Amino acid sequence: MQALAQYLIQTFGLPVPLSVLSPLLGFMGGVVVLTAIAVQAMYLIWLERKVAAHMQDRLGPMLVGGWHGWAQSLADGIKLLLKEDIVPAAADRPLFLLAPLVVFVGSFAAFVCLPFGDRVIISDLNVGIFYIIAVTSFVVIGIIMAGWGSNNKWALFGAMRSAAQIVSYEIPVGLSLLAAVMAAGSLSMQEIVAAQDGGIHRWFAFRNPFLFVAFVIYFLASLSEVNRTPFDIPEAESELVAGYHTEYSGMRFSFFFLAEYANMFAVAAIAATLFLGGWQAPWGGGAPIFGVIWVIAKAHFLVFVQMWLRWTLPRLRVDQLMYIGWKVLTPFAFACIVGTGAWMLVFKQG
Amino acid sequence: MTITLHHYLVVGALLFCFGILTVATRRNAVSVLMGVELILNSANINLIAFSRYSDVGISGQVLAAFVIILAAAEAAVALAIVLNIYRNFQIVDVDQASTLRQ
Amino acid sequence: MDGYLSAVVFYVFAAITVLSGAMVALSSRLIYAAFSLLLTFFGVAGLYIFLGADFIAATQVLIYVGGILILLLFGVMLTHRIYDFKILSTRVQFVPSVIVVGCTFALLLAVIFGTRWQMVKEAPPEYTAATIGKLLMTTYLLPFEAVSVLLLVALIGAATLARRDLTSGEES
Repeated sequence: MQALAQYLIQTFGLPVPLSVLSPLLGFMGGVVVLTAIAVQAMYLIWLERKVAAHMQDRLGPMLVGGWHGWAQSLADGIKLLLKEDIVPAAADRPLFLLAPLVVFVGSFAAFVCLPFGDRVIISDLNVGIFYIIAVTSFVVIGIIMAGWGSNNKWALFGAMRSAAQIVSYEIPVGLSLLAAVMAAGSLSMQEIVAAQDGGIHRWFAFRNPFLFVAFVIYFLASLSEVNRTPFDIPEAESELVAGYHTEYSGMRFSFFFLAEYANMFAVAAIAATLFLGGWQAPWGGGAPIFGVIWVIAKAHFLVFVQMWLRWTLPRLRVDQLMYIGWKVLTPFAFACIVGTGAWMLVFKQG
Repeated sequence: MTITLHHYLVVGALLFCFGILTVATRRNAVSVLMGVELILNSANINLIAFSRYSDVGISGQVLAAFVIILAAAEAAVALAIVLNIYRNFQIVDVDQASTLRQ
Repeated sequence: MDGYLSAVVFYVFAAITVLSGAMVALSSRLIYAAFSLLLTFFGVAGLYIFLGADFIAATQVLIYVGGILILLLFGVMLTHRIYDFKILSTRVQFVPSVIVVGCTFALLLAVIFGTRWQMVKEAPPEYTAATIGKLLMTTYLLPFEAVSVLLLVALIGAATLARRDLTSGEES
């Protein structure tokens, strides 16, 4: 954003000082990302319903808007906005009202650092990927706030299970991302993408077998981070009514829903950036326009795999979930780090 | 006006005083732990402010990282102890958990 | 203009930190104190970014908000009766503590404004993560290894202490 502000001032000769234009552009970038997330989430909800339908040999939404019901999520969004805003009488009002916002902030803040092209990034922090891991931990606090503020034992159980699950799986997430950061030599997202330049064999997922295993571990652990099947105990309709968002209706529920789909896209985009070459094309390099298309295509492919897993696999029990997180993914992630380091020592180009 | 070292030190001192107020006046064991976290954070603000404004360089930040790590370890063990006290005595009142004294 | 804007943002973060610290100390409902601690940690991370310590700020949010605060919240929720919705925390010896703390604060202010600090105006290094990493592997290698062993001991100790008798224990 600093570079963009500089460029605008020089090209158009604006009489605005850099220190004012740069934050202003950052703010406008945030508004653009917010709109993009909302539209993206609506599109993903429609896609989920279509994917689910076709996997179950039926058609899904077909009527609203004509072609394959593309306006279905728009209609659902309008319906949710017009619903009555119910706050339970015995609920803890400040926490109940604040929880969806904290969850949404946690999901939204991760988009600041995602690179969508060469120099197309809101803010290329020096500690980009570390910042993303840190800021997605706000989601857990929001979930606990929602569970407690609802004054409802199903919500509280769902919230505590969800918090335990997310916190347990943050470890394999961090470790597998660490393996990729080791191969890149930097925490900055643009430098990580630049380190994968040169073709599909240079992408981290295909560079060495340890990094491929790290990619698989990251994908599975991030499925748990966003509470998707097979790790969706916190949202299990058959067990906990609806988990931590039982008492939420209307606009507040749509915040949770939006945050979940934004999170899904964010972790898919992070996997695409760190392991699948980001905005690079498979033959190396990517123009400013095509880079955006490449990264969004890769992220959408991973989102499709997430939806595919949801409608194919059964749900794991909570003790199986903890077993997989602590006793399978974490040791394998450690082995990946050691293996990646050894590989980088032996084969000089990594 | 420019922000100098004194501003950060005053914020650190305020947090420190709120921390010891929490430790001194609260009876719930988990509240006392929250006060200890406030104290550790105030010390960290001091460390990083000095790392920026004096010639210790980046060592202040390394020391702050160690303090954060130690705070995490201490919080984990302290909460395990608090859970055990609750399991055995059904209360977490620091004034009443005094069976060793008698 | 530049200094003015950054001063305003500094005061906003300082206000968030100090006011939420006050709520942790003075709030009568334990859950509100715990969630105010979230704002304190977040404000402190903002102050670190002002001081050029971006890696430490991310570490602060990750460990304090993503780890310690969740532990504290679980601790609050697991150590009271489930029907006791308003967990009120009583205060003891409030007025003497305030007097002592006030005197301590006055003493600290006298030290802060009385000492002639030797201030060096150089800019912080560009890549703090790389510099910290190199220092941890060279000058501070012994504390680094000691802290690793300590964390392992704390992990095993906390998991053992919190274990139930028959079923497997909770995560630490």
